[in-house]
Amino acid sequence: MKFFSLALKSLTRNKLRTLLTLLGVAAGMFLYAAVETMQHSLAIATQSNANDTTLVVYRENRFCPSTSRLPEHYGTTIRKIPGVREVIPIQITVNNCGASLDVITFRGIPPEELKQYNPDLRIIEGNYDDFVARTDGALVGKQFAKRRGLKPGDKFEAVGVNVNVTAIIESDSPQDNNVAYVHLPFLQQASRVGLGIVTQFNVKVESSDQLESVSDAIDETFKADQQPTNTRPEKAFFAETAKQMIELISFTRWLGLGAVAAVLGLVANALLLIVRGRVKETAILQTIGFSRMQISWLVVMEGILIGLLGGVLGVVSAFAFFHFKSFTLGNEGLTLALVPTIDVLAKALTIALALGMLASLYPAWKATSRPLIQTLNA
Amino acid sequence: MISPFINIANLTKTYKKGKTSITPLENLSLEVPKGEFLALMGPSGSGKTTLLNLIAGIDSPSDGVLEIDGNDIRGLTRARLTKWRSSHVGYIFQLYHLIPILTAYENVELPLLLDNMSKRERKNRIDAALDLVGLSDRAHHRPTELSGGQEQRVAIARAIVHDPGLLVADEPTGDLDRESADSILNLLDSLANDHGKTIVMVTHDPKAASAAHRTLHLEKGVLIKSES
Repeated sequence: MKFFSLALKSLTRNKLRTLLTLLGVAAGMFLYAAVETMQHSLAIATQSNANDTTLVVYRENRFCPSTSRLPEHYGTTIRKIPGVREVIPIQITVNNCGASLDVITFRGIPPEELKQYNPDLRIIEGNYDDFVARTDGALVGKQFAKRRGLKPGDKFEAVGVNVNVTAIIESDSPQDNNVAYVHLPFLQQASRVGLGIVTQFNVKVESSDQLESVSDAIDETFKADQQPTNTRPEKAFFAETAKQMIELISFTRWLGLGAVAAVLGLVANALLLIVRGRVKETAILQTIGFSRMQISWLVVMEGILIGLLGGVLGVVSAFAFFHFKSFTLGNEGLTLALVPTIDVLAKALTIALALGMLASLYPAWKATSRPLIQTLNA
Repeated sequence: MISPFINIANLTKTYKKGKTSITPLENLSLEVPKGEFLALMGPSGSGKTTLLNLIAGIDSPSDGVLEIDGNDIRGLTRARLTKWRSSHVGYIFQLYHLIPILTAYENVELPLLLDNMSKRERKNRIDAALDLVGLSDRAHHRPTELSGGQEQRVAIARAIVHDPGLLVADEPTGDLDRESADSILNLLDSLANDHGKTIVMVTHDPKAASAAHRTLHLEKGVLIKSES
């Protein structure tokens, strides 16, 4: 604790040097935390787990909502397949099929079936009954609403579709938080795909071990139809459909590694300069009776403090940035909300701490590598 | 017979510089009783600073006997020597060498950080040391806010705060004006006479040496004269 206080004084009483180093570390850790947030959000959206029970039925060999067209009556047939618990037809209309940071997604669903299909949907503002009563009513996901500044009673128009916001919703599924649910017939007419045509069906099966058998059964049923289907678990569907976006996000991993390397180099360089700048002070401390280990420990503690303080600054800034800006990446009608999590925050801070420590090892050794008598006479 | 505080016999220091072997001290013998204020004089390269560093445990001799307060410090490892220094030696430098980012109080506190001592006890000791050197009112000033004489007083407070038996001083007045130098010499004299510290001081200044109880003259690593 006494040495910690000494290391802290060394940093706080060299304000400009410390501030500049901390800003560099913070910038690197901001970038790292941003990349980790994207990677983590993608992992949640694409990595399957034992609780997944949702299938997406899409038109075979189609990847964009504007080209996937399936007859709405398929729903009745799918419902009868053993293992199927719920089916909901969905018409999707988007302003942009490519990878975009500003995607607007309308999901047309039968309003009376939405709550039954997705009981986890929570109304946080407005009224669900108003949505059912108004043919042009819209349930807007909370991230979407935040991004666009929407509240119940507002009207908005996109992709030629005019809607009235009747409620703001939130859900454990990130997709729900980033779309606007509207009445299916309304969207079919407004987007001119025509009544009776939908983009996809979302199917819930009784248990996750039935995902494969039910998807095979659905595709087998419509194999000989004019509109054959391709049925996949929801996360596999996401991974295969939003390839552009996934490739982009996967690339950012290299940026994250670059940021880590930059922080490592920056802290090591700063500490080396510090150590070189106080060769005499180190010799004085050794003369007084500080051991090599104690002096090395002082340098390591400065490294840890720089890493940790810079890390907190950068990572918390990134956390706040993503939290308040509510970024959403869209591709092929699918949305990926870039949501910062405590896991990412903790991981990035641990990395910052480890980087500070790692970067200080060589300078710590360097500080006491010369014999005392040589340093004293230098 | 009371054994001397510093007992040096046939002390030799040799080191290599490239392919050349240099012997700054050769077969030097010396006894210093406890509480003596000893001055070492001699021209540059006479070996006085080498002798001082050997006595302080900063450097190790090549041969001979070197005992301080009954401890044979020649046989100590580097780590043990560091530990020994922390409790037995106070070092005063010509250029004070205070840590610039620390206040006078914090500079004096440094040796005490190595002991398992409460904050309250540290404070009592620092206050006493600063009071002894007459700088209680400057405790929270940084070195840049002090005069040279005051800086050297803080350095002396730092050297005595952990109550070592031995003080070594390398040209402690070499960078000071006459008035400040006299004041520092009076302080060292008082530490030897009133507090029983054994002091070994290297100096070029005959007036500074005259403040000591005894002056030894070195030339080419050999003791040539002793004056009381």
